[in-house]
Amino acid sequence: MLALALSGCSLKNQGEANPLNPKGSVGEEQYFLILLSLGIMIFVMAVVFILFFYAVVRFRKRPGQTGIPKQVEGNHKLEILWTVIPIILLTILAVPTVAFTFSQAKDLSDAPPEEVLKIKVTGHQFWWEFEYPDYDIVTAQDLWIPVGKTIFVELHGADVIHSFWIPGLAGKTDTTPGVTSTFYFDAKEPGTYLGKCAELCGAGHALMDFKVIAVSPAEFDAWVATMTNPPAPSAEPAVVSGEQVFKDKNCISCHAITPNGASLGPNLNNFGNRKTVGGYAENTPDMVAKWLINPQEVKQGATMPTVPLTDEEVQALVDYLGSLKNY
Amino acid sequence: MASHAASHHEVKRYKGLMDWLTTVDHKKIAILYLASGLFFFVLGGIEALLIRIQLMFPMFNFLDGQTYNEVLTMHGTTMIFLVAMPLVFAMWNAAVPLQIGARDVAFPFLNSLGFWVFLFGGILLNLSWFLGGAPDAGWTMYAPLALREFSGPGNDYYLIGLQIAGIGSLLSGINFLATIINMRAPGMTFMRMPLFTWTTLVTSLIILFALTPLAVGLIEMTFDRLFDAKFFNPAGGGSPVLWEHIFWIFGHPEVYILVLPAFGIISEVVATFSSKRLFGYGSMVFATSLIGLLSFMVWVHHMFTVGMGPIANALFGVATSLIAIPTGIKIFNWLFTMWGGHLRFTTASLYAFSFIPSFVMGGVTGVMLALPPADYQFHDTYFVVAHFHYVIVGGVVLGLFAGMYYWWPKMFGRMLNETLGKISFWFWIIGFHLTFFIQHFLGLWGMPRRVFTYLENQGWDLPNLVSTIGAFLMAISVILFVINVVITWAKKPDAPGDPWDGRTLEWSIPSPAPEYNFRQIPLIRGLDCYWKEKMAGNKEMTPAEPLGPIHMPSPSILPFIMALGLFISGIGFIMSKYEFENSFLVAIFHSYAVGILGLVILFVCMIIRSLKDDPGYHIEPEELEAKGAKA
Repeated sequence: MLALALSGCSLKNQGEANPLNPKGSVGEEQYFLILLSLGIMIFVMAVVFILFFYAVVRFRKRPGQTGIPKQVEGNHKLEILWTVIPIILLTILAVPTVAFTFSQAKDLSDAPPEEVLKIKVTGHQFWWEFEYPDYDIVTAQDLWIPVGKTIFVELHGADVIHSFWIPGLAGKTDTTPGVTSTFYFDAKEPGTYLGKCAELCGAGHALMDFKVIAVSPAEFDAWVATMTNPPAPSAEPAVVSGEQVFKDKNCISCHAITPNGASLGPNLNNFGNRKTVGGYAENTPDMVAKWLINPQEVKQGATMPTVPLTDEEVQALVDYLGSLKNY
Repeated sequence: MASHAASHHEVKRYKGLMDWLTTVDHKKIAILYLASGLFFFVLGGIEALLIRIQLMFPMFNFLDGQTYNEVLTMHGTTMIFLVAMPLVFAMWNAAVPLQIGARDVAFPFLNSLGFWVFLFGGILLNLSWFLGGAPDAGWTMYAPLALREFSGPGNDYYLIGLQIAGIGSLLSGINFLATIINMRAPGMTFMRMPLFTWTTLVTSLIILFALTPLAVGLIEMTFDRLFDAKFFNPAGGGSPVLWEHIFWIFGHPEVYILVLPAFGIISEVVATFSSKRLFGYGSMVFATSLIGLLSFMVWVHHMFTVGMGPIANALFGVATSLIAIPTGIKIFNWLFTMWGGHLRFTTASLYAFSFIPSFVMGGVTGVMLALPPADYQFHDTYFVVAHFHYVIVGGVVLGLFAGMYYWWPKMFGRMLNETLGKISFWFWIIGFHLTFFIQHFLGLWGMPRRVFTYLENQGWDLPNLVSTIGAFLMAISVILFVINVVITWAKKPDAPGDPWDGRTLEWSIPSPAPEYNFRQIPLIRGLDCYWKEKMAGNKEMTPAEPLGPIHMPSPSILPFIMALGLFISGIGFIMSKYEFENSFLVAIFHSYAVGILGLVILFVCMIIRSLKDDPGYHIEPEELEAKGAKA
């Protein structure tokens, strides 16, 4: 454990973005505060540990030792010392803490779209809905953002409390039903970052992950264009019959497939390009089939019902959903 | 004092099981609290092991998400309400009346009632496992997840079980407040009280003000779940955030309810085994009181991520970090109590000494968590899990173990086996650090808490395995402790009155303490009064009264029946929402008949208690002489 504590590099955990290896400016501020407080606390611990282990070794009762140690009542100088030093240390900590608490709570809701990208996030049991009000896009599970731009997030809870967290980019904020909260963050480097739900929300809580896909502004604009104008549906017979099953089985009553449709379940526009099924499992035809046959097996507690489907219908749906690709 | 006529009043004195069911003796109630607290400790420990087995490997299939949520909820709830609280009350009952020179607590009947409602509340909570599933919304029971719309009947057991158990805590708080304020022996001024008694006083005050909001919150959520009220249901205009406030207005002081008594135990044990008086006694009292006050001003630090704005977050963040100041005073006072002493290493002192570095590690992460922007990263991750286990295991549990080994001879007249005790200590302390140290890093690497599993390739696999291995070392320690208790139980009483060269009043009387505690109430001549007498060459305390008849409270079965009434009522109201095939069950439960019956039992007992004049009885000096000769 000591070796682990001493090897600073490995503390960052293999280059994976996380609170100790942030890739966004808000995360960096928080990382600075973590380091500053950790440094001060290691100093405090060192003082206590040195005094403690010295006392344990030096003042242990030796064999044959008699008499009674001096009964000391106290020492005002010492007592003032260990009251004042902590006050000084806490003051040092308080300055950046208060500064960041206020700066990170900035309300950017009136900022122009050129400067700030606004996103409305809604937490559902157990998936994430992302709405881009400036672009009239509603999507789920994969959150696309442009690198370098400030993202202002407005959080809503659909059912129970969830907490929206991208460990590698910034701290978390709860999505409480009936409460609208906000925060902002950015990504400084392109990449795919893992997002998580951080508030116990039911049986599927542990699997309520999502992906943040940070791309260059140009790529982001291209993504917006394909999302708002998806290509015409494929005319392949398998896909066409899948689309028919999708309608017949009433999937559409919970899953919108239009660019801006909000629905009970995740919007499936662009599903073929999604990274995951159920937010965490890799998006493969097998996994899609597994999910369609029994959602509870993939994600316990998921609100999607188990729809009775024949093998052919499952295959047709897999083909159809896989065809919902915008690029 | 009651009239002397009471001595002629015949009082039935029970033996065997009836003695335990009817006792109002604080020393026996201490043993009841201890036994049930340790029973639930094993239960909560098994739940902890289930959690650690499930997290041993990524995507492991041992418990599913729902079962895991039930186990984690019951682990937290059990450890806080059914282990830490009763063990604290066991220590209070065992030591506080003896430390202040009292013959019992102020309200012995209430003391007994407090224990039985705690036990029946705990049993009710655990019955949920067999009656449709345990609570599953975390020990914090956040709405809306905890409401009927999103969960089964388990959460009703949490709400009503804790409501009943909570009455016990409130009664204990009131009882010890009255006892410490009113029943100190002549000369025992406030500033001569042992620090453990001081922490009991402050903690009792916190209980009074913290358990009441909890009771209100619980009853409101019970109404939401049973009678479709809308306190916390956003769909009906209620506020989930309101529940968070109510819960943490209780929940944060609760931490101090647990840790202050541990501070008190540490102060006693460190001073005794350093053979020195407590360094900076006055500042210790000040720090204890200040912590008690501050504990009510920091609850929002559990809610930084709710999004209440920078003013609330900054204020509560700074207020929280202030608690480091009185806590630091305590840590350094303990260190300087050891400084220059003659440290003796017994199992009790090993637990107490190791408390200092372990608790400091929990304290410093507490300051880190108090910084809102950093907390946005820490919140609801394993960093928090590591933090509060360092505070509760590295603080409260180490303190309680120190207290158990320290006062065991006074409670039972038998010394726990020291060799076995020390082996069990090393398993515990190594296992504890192995389990929880690495969890700080898991949190900092992004692992959320309360997850039943995690994906591979996040760098979490090995740390989780290490953590699980540590948990099993802790389990070995508990098994060794249980063996120690059984061995000690079986042997003949062997404890002298003052086995540790003690400093405080409880060591001036025989072990175990006689039922009347003190033949004659002692005169207190200073802090560490027994040590003072020993230094002056006296073998025992100077009596403050002549030998005379000792007034004793009568035993009573009423507290047991009252608690049973509450238990029946609880079951009745919970089951009013169950669906039954059987029409008889529908008739008695859906009409609330069982719920009301339980309350009727309670009120009838209260009326009996109020109307029946019970002056207690006296132990006559002749009887004392006979007993004295035996000892």
